[in-house]
Amino acid sequence: MTLDKIKELLNCRVLYGSHKLQLDVKSAKASDLMSDVLRFSGPAKLLLTGLTNIQVIRTCDIAGICAIIFVRDKIPTAETIELSKKCDIAVLVSNFSMFESCGILYSNGIKGVTIQSIKQ
Amino acid sequence: MHKKTAFEQIFQIKGGDFINAGEPSIKIRNILKDIGIDADIIRRVAITAYEAEMNVVMYGQRGTMKLLVTPEKIVLHIQDKGQGIEDIELAMKPGFTTATEEMREMGFGAGMGLPNIKKNADRFNIRSTIGQGTKLRITFKVK
Repeated sequence: MTLDKIKELLNCRVLYGSHKLQLDVKSAKASDLMSDVLRFSGPAKLLLTGLTNIQVIRTCDIAGICAIIFVRDKIPTAETIELSKKCDIAVLVSNFSMFESCGILYSNGIKGVTIQSIKQ
Repeated sequence: MHKKTAFEQIFQIKGGDFINAGEPSIKIRNILKDIGIDADIIRRVAITAYEAEMNVVMYGQRGTMKLLVTPEKIVLHIQDKGQGIEDIELAMKPGFTTATEEMREMGFGAGMGLPNIKKNADRFNIRSTIGQGTKLRITFKVK
């Protein structure tokens, strides 16, 4: 599924990365714990989180995640958006909750990243 | 790459600096990319460097991270001046943490840092002295 379709499903606004909307997303992670994002470092290109600080971008950069959706209408700080531009990581905001966002994406075929799916 | 031309670089880490935390790890990732290291190894080194760096930022006053690349291995040496770890065995247990609210608000301090480092490394050594600091030596095989 394209990031553009995900944007539509979750009623997102794009704060950065309109040029990345054709990104093909097959799996996603959802967490407010950055250590969990790093721990399950599978092939996911998308992160859903409610955490908006600058370390979210650095974590995604390290973990190879190309797009972030901030749930619960959480607006990231200006410095977070600035760093996302530097790292070229798309930033979207949805007014859905984490639970609803995950449910909508999962029921539309986006997979999660489990420990079993990661080559140890 | 010949042994004599092994690459080495030291990065400074400032305790409590949550804004710039992660920059050295990203530089390390970029250096390894430029050298042409295998992508899976880069991912493991980068995650490990970042977790270790965040530990220095959270618990150390200041520290350094040294990257050493030889044809056979990549080694990260991380050392900090800080409070040290009282019980290393306990600190290695997933979920054990002494993190403050500020650290948790940043998305860290869930007690997964050291277990994550160990999981991603081929060899992992930790030494700590109370009131002085902690030293990590993390090795990744290149071949």
